[in-house]
Amino acid sequence: MAIIAPLIPPHFEYASPRSLSEAITLLSRGGEGAKVLAGGQSLMPLLKLRLASPSLLVDINRIPGLDGIKEDEGFLRIGALTRMAEVETSDLIRKGYPIIHDAAEVIGDPLVRNLGTIGGNVSHGDPNNDMPAVMLALGAQFVATGPSGERSIKAEQFFTDSFTVALDHDEILTEIWVPKRSSRSGGCYLKLEQKVADFATAAVAVQVRLGEAWKCEEVGLGLTAVGPTAIKARKAEQLMRGKKTTDKNAIQGFGRLAADESSPATDIRGTASYKKQVVRLLVIRAFRKACERARGG
Amino acid sequence: MPDKIRITLAVNGTKREAAVEPRLLLVHFLREDLGLTGTHVGCDTSNCSACAVLVDGKVVKSCSVLAVQADGREILTVEGLAKGGQLHPVQKAFLAKHGLQCGFCTPGMIMSAYALLKKNRHPTRDEIKRGISGNVCRCTGYQKIIESVEQAARNKDW
Repeated sequence: MAIIAPLIPPHFEYASPRSLSEAITLLSRGGEGAKVLAGGQSLMPLLKLRLASPSLLVDINRIPGLDGIKEDEGFLRIGALTRMAEVETSDLIRKGYPIIHDAAEVIGDPLVRNLGTIGGNVSHGDPNNDMPAVMLALGAQFVATGPSGERSIKAEQFFTDSFTVALDHDEILTEIWVPKRSSRSGGCYLKLEQKVADFATAAVAVQVRLGEAWKCEEVGLGLTAVGPTAIKARKAEQLMRGKKTTDKNAIQGFGRLAADESSPATDIRGTASYKKQVVRLLVIRAFRKACERARGG
Repeated sequence: MPDKIRITLAVNGTKREAAVEPRLLLVHFLREDLGLTGTHVGCDTSNCSACAVLVDGKVVKSCSVLAVQADGREILTVEGLAKGGQLHPVQKAFLAKHGLQCGFCTPGMIMSAYALLKKNRHPTRDEIKRGISGNVCRCTGYQKIIESVEQAARNKDW
């Protein structure tokens, strides 16, 4: 007989440090059982379903200085604790980095975006999350702060396995650095989802920088929900580099190679072969939109 | 068992103090400790938003926030909308437009609509759909709910 019981998280200790150094000390002392609580929009469901049972939650929400969006000489810098709603409504991001805006507005639902953070979206390591593919396409870096100070990790080295990222247990992701926009650059994130707040059937992130005669000087391509981690589709990127944005054969090949590089699983959202077709089509559409934006359209 | 933690917060304008287990969810604190059962638990899995409340003015799922996280915050639940025995214009609009059937999702739907209209007093139909897109209703099919929010937006009394 099924026992219907309210979903209540397991017991854990809770700490709400007021500084980053205090938080890191707590994580170091807490060992592998200590987990960071940021927006909580992935963690709380996991706790309720008892898929996670940390011994200590270190709530970083009351640490000042971990949120905010700004541009400096070289980078767009997004504080890890920046809520998705703030990313979604940022004019700087909408105008300068539309690929991030595209993704922010399709993450979860409005209530989730009010709490969910951009740092949590990447450091959770869920292959279904939307920001990892965007960060792969943009060639972003993640700043991690731990007991011995700060270090920078490239997005392409960050997503090591499902729900596993290149952070030590006592490191906190503190900032995301995206290379500053240049002229003739543009990007687009496209997601197919069955309903709001569901994970993607598949989603793709395309970032381009155009050069002379509208050739693709740089191409970044990230894929969501079609493998054990977000995927950087290197072969497809390589194929498109140096090609004209009007090269129809190249664009078709770009989509096909991206589909080849994906490794989706058959599940309730579709069969693996269907998802590969979705990847192919979304990549072509996102590429066209990214080029349009890069040309200033 | 971990020690209880003392929290002080304002719920619908009233100061509340309590000692809570770290694992206690805000929704259970509101319903079981404070008896504010207007906030519903619809799904338990963070999908439905029947438990929506405002925390410092932002609408969130109270099943996905710990009560300890609400320490020092201002909470608004559906019980806090009516003033002086008068329903809030958003509530009146749901009543007038029949924006509910069974009513289970209604408290969350109203809190999302209220949060939307606080930010945007003249939303388009698309903005309304987007604003309530996190709230699940399994009866009406949303048309009447959207019309209710449109009616509330037209009301100039708030």
